[in-house]
Amino acid sequence: MTEGPARLVMGPFNRVEGDLEVTLEIAEGRVAAARINAPLFRGFERMLEGRDPRDALTITPRICGICSISQSAAAARALADAMGLAPEPQGALVAALIHAVENVADHLTHFHLFFMPDFTRPVYDTRPWHGRMVDRFTAATGSALTRAVAARAELFHILGMMAGKWPHTLAIQPGGVTKAPTARDRARILATLRSFRRYLEEVLFGAPVEAFADLASLAALERWATGDVALFLEAAADLDLAHLGRGSGRYLSFGAYPLPEGPVFAAGLWDGSRRSVDPAAIREDLSHAWMLGEARHPSQGETRPDEDMAAPAYSWCKAPRLDGRTVETGALARQIVDGHPLALALAAEGGVRARVAARLLEIARTQLVMETLATGIRPEAAFMARGTLPRDGAGMGLVEAARGALGHWLTIERGRIARYQIIAPTTWNFSPRDAAGVPGPVEAALEGAPVQPGETTPVSVQHIVRSFDPCMVCTVH
Amino acid sequence: MSLLCAEGPTAVEALSDAGISLLWHPALSRETGAEALALLQAVEAGEIPLDILCVEGAIARGPRGTGRYQMLSGTGRSLMDWTQALAAKAQHVVAVGTCAAYGGVTAAGGNPSDACGLQYDGALPGGLLPAAFRGRAGLPVINIAGCPTHPGWVTETLMLLAGGALAAGDLDGLQRPRFYADNLVHHGCPKNEFYEYKASARELSDLGCMMENLGCIGTQAVGDCNIRPWNGEGSCTRGGYPCINCTAPEFEDPRHAFTETPKLAGIPVGLPTDMPKAWFMALASLSKAATPDRIGRNAVADRIVVPPTLRTKK
Repeated sequence: MTEGPARLVMGPFNRVEGDLEVTLEIAEGRVAAARINAPLFRGFERMLEGRDPRDALTITPRICGICSISQSAAAARALADAMGLAPEPQGALVAALIHAVENVADHLTHFHLFFMPDFTRPVYDTRPWHGRMVDRFTAATGSALTRAVAARAELFHILGMMAGKWPHTLAIQPGGVTKAPTARDRARILATLRSFRRYLEEVLFGAPVEAFADLASLAALERWATGDVALFLEAAADLDLAHLGRGSGRYLSFGAYPLPEGPVFAAGLWDGSRRSVDPAAIREDLSHAWMLGEARHPSQGETRPDEDMAAPAYSWCKAPRLDGRTVETGALARQIVDGHPLALALAAEGGVRARVAARLLEIARTQLVMETLATGIRPEAAFMARGTLPRDGAGMGLVEAARGALGHWLTIERGRIARYQIIAPTTWNFSPRDAAGVPGPVEAALEGAPVQPGETTPVSVQHIVRSFDPCMVCTVH
Repeated sequence: MSLLCAEGPTAVEALSDAGISLLWHPALSRETGAEALALLQAVEAGEIPLDILCVEGAIARGPRGTGRYQMLSGTGRSLMDWTQALAAKAQHVVAVGTCAAYGGVTAAGGNPSDACGLQYDGALPGGLLPAAFRGRAGLPVINIAGCPTHPGWVTETLMLLAGGALAAGDLDGLQRPRFYADNLVHHGCPKNEFYEYKASARELSDLGCMMENLGCIGTQAVGDCNIRPWNGEGSCTRGGYPCINCTAPEFEDPRHAFTETPKLAGIPVGLPTDMPKAWFMALASLSKAATPDRIGRNAVADRIVVPPTLRTKK
């Protein structure tokens, strides 16, 4: 594994979605530099070339078995953009509900299955909370995990009903959704949401979801004393996770759940204040990716793998930059950009605790959003608008996956897909260095992380990496 | 991740109850990095017995046969190499999902990563492992094909294996467990009455049968999708979109748009499984002519607009 004390290669790096390798340079007990490798290339963008544009709705969700609906939503919006079509308002509402279910389930999975089990490690067995962690969060079998997985499976009944199945639905279309809900469906969806609320209030938060959604300061967060959330906060305080793995402080959100009146969670860029995002200012840098070609905007981008895997590249992941700079994306970014007071307080903190707490905040807020959306279903309405695809055209679909900003860029020529480019949230967060040598957001956040003597897989690095909740299969796609 | 949708009980509980202990799972296990590598090495060395090797995802052979498009991180070795090594130690090898079984969507288009399935390359026998490969217990690779797989297909296959109740005869001609592959997606489809009268949906969100216009091949695709529900009460056709035959090799490249039925002289190409063409044509034209008004009108609406006539006592 190790090639001397100064360099560590971490892998197989599990409890993240997909394949991830982290190479660390270590000096004086701290990470001096980190390089992130996304070691899987499949070439989905190339597979789409020459196909009927509608096939994007079948192919792109299959990039990933965890953010599948996010890919559906982005593809549907890119096609709608090319068609000049606005979805039926009620179709957009049901699509938003379907998408919100996946996103909240992803947060639940991340917290229970991916992130929390690290606190059960023997390295922490002298900590006052360790025994409770072992009871609740032992990997795969902890009592909190079993409850969360069961609650998630039941929540997904909304997807069985409205999306046919999960993952890989074709229910979300450019003009709305394929299934018109009946009054009975609406009642059943609301019943499922009440059941999910009961789980959240009895187990995860140990209090009304509104109480967590209304937290407005770090002090109020730190006073939270109920549910499994309190166990996380106790460990986070003990281990000072607030100050571990700080990010750049630049946060991007494309805006979640687009409705006719605007997105439910706002779009924007935050770097101390909120500004609008100009998607034209995105470039994908290829200098440290095993990809041939020049840095380009995704509407002009290409995906040509370098079969020789030549240095200095070290990952299949391209390096997207906004106005030439790295940005962090995800639940923390989304809630900051939306202006939630607790998230704004967490923005300056910007570390492991902030990312995990923001995800918990978003679970609470999304429960309220889902209830509002479901209540707003009007079964008598139309749920699908019809449109026609242009023979030649282009479209852009920007959505928020659980892990952050997801974009699809599509070019149609002579009725076929001529170009399809995707930038996934983890492409932003886990990008390699750019031509200026600037590390990607996670690479930068890892610098300074403590490494204990003898550690081959430093636990601090695991906390930081998992706090970003990477989806590596989406990263390169 | 679809496995985590298993209910009554959850997937981990179901496997544990069946006496299956999880050696290592990339999403579930605590062991990471050096700990995980040590475990994989011990299995490879034969120090830890491996009863069932489950593989998700296609295996990349590119670029140029090196497998370097898909390296197992921290090991300097490709998944191609690891999978061959571990398969040789396993009593049973299980391909979970159509990608692992046949290559699937990962092999779509020009197959940029030169991906294949464990024991198939598309519909051709012989993938990463040769067609003659057998697990130590004597079975070929068991293909739990589906994109996605139903969580029940996975847990039940593993329960049958653990109980010694899955034999070669329990697999179909493409090595899929027959307990779900002996059914067609058409079985139990709620659109069956529309199908009977060839009352067809014209566009997505219409209630009618999707075979004639919208690319549905549920009458040819294997799977008990409409017999056992997905995520409570779902299935593709219940969700209002067509079956695209995701349990089959090469479903990813149908040579037409997924949601459009290819036609020859206005007649759909592709017949229901085991249906003689002349009979199908004769019955289809007859039933189409006999379509009741209720069924014809509901077929092109997004909700039931004409309810069934109530029976009255004479």
